[in-house]
Amino acid sequence: MTPNGNPIWALVWTFGLMSLFAVGGANAAIPEMHRVAVDIRHWLTERQFADIYAISQLSPGPNVLIVTLIGYSVAGVAGALAATLAMCVPTAALAYYASRLLTRSSGKSRWPAIIQAALVPLSIGLMAASALIVTQAADRTWAALLVTLAAAVVAAKTRLNPLWILLAGGILGLTGLI
Amino acid sequence: MWLMSTDSPPAAAHAAEIPAPTTNPPPGVLALFVAFAKMSLAGFGGVLAFARRGIVEEHRWMTADEFNETFALCHFLPGPNIVNLSVVFGSRFGGIAGAIAAFAGLVGPPMLLVTVLAALYARYGDVDALRRILAGVSCGAVGLLISVVFKMMMPLIKRRDVIGLVVMVAVFIAIGLVRLPLQAVLLVAIPISLAIAVVVRRRATA
Repeated sequence: MTPNGNPIWALVWTFGLMSLFAVGGANAAIPEMHRVAVDIRHWLTERQFADIYAISQLSPGPNVLIVTLIGYSVAGVAGALAATLAMCVPTAALAYYASRLLTRSSGKSRWPAIIQAALVPLSIGLMAASALIVTQAADRTWAALLVTLAAAVVAAKTRLNPLWILLAGGILGLTGLI
Repeated sequence: MWLMSTDSPPAAAHAAEIPAPTTNPPPGVLALFVAFAKMSLAGFGGVLAFARRGIVEEHRWMTADEFNETFALCHFLPGPNIVNLSVVFGSRFGGIAGAIAAFAGLVGPPMLLVTVLAALYARYGDVDALRRILAGVSCGAVGLLISVVFKMMMPLIKRRDVIGLVVMVAVFIAIGLVRLPLQAVLLVAIPISLAIAVVVRRRATA
């Protein structure tokens, strides 16, 4: 069912399909990215997956750009471009047509509210699974787990710019503590 | 497109009575590209806040209400929310060319940057100092994600939304612990969750 020869097609197939199932956005699709890239196709090791997640969070722009990094490690610049477009274009086309459809019809339907009520708990469950999977990929030591939990508490309790938390993590890492 | 969305009778009547918050004329393709590129490159850890500031406050292309309505649509479509948002906004302002310009602005420049980072990582990823730094940054990034999950979960807990919490935990177990494929889980979970939402709504109105 999946093409095995050309890695570009494998990327397009993987992320094109994932695009349409990514309920709750790119961060909610992380378990699926991990399952395909690490467990099934062995594109990345567990450590590389954690590194790539960190790099994607360090860079500006939409979270979806983690697939650019996965694509690059599979097939260089062409892979980066193919993975990014495959992850974005199907759902972008869907959004384009859905928005035209909804502007024409009246906004009185109760379906948007029902769909939202149904999808919100689903996407939180997916995000929680993402958190678990990146925790398992990143936190190989007790010190690392402790730093992660501290970062979570600081992020939840303060309005500190997330970049400072990433920077603090990087400095702690450089000292060899983690 | 853009005029159609604001030209509905109630909105027109409203605009006639009170001088509503004024919006500027819709931007051209180049302005859309530049605006979305700026928002995207400013957006560390999520672009949405920057998109709202840019579109509503800085450029005044939409009122806050128009922004919220448009964003609500992007929220329940699959795929990267902010990518959907760029396409929907772009098409409101400039049809298909506007959609492509906004999308290219949002994704293009940061994608170039990320590709450079990916190349650097491929080359120097095994250097000891960089490995240690990345290990630390990963911890921070994972911590941020955990805090986001908790913030999203709190409303469900506060509302004592037992059904929502059960659906959430079931999806967490299926995807996070059992590691089932996403498609399979969603094909089962979405119909069940929709059915529950319909029943709950009926009971609330009955």
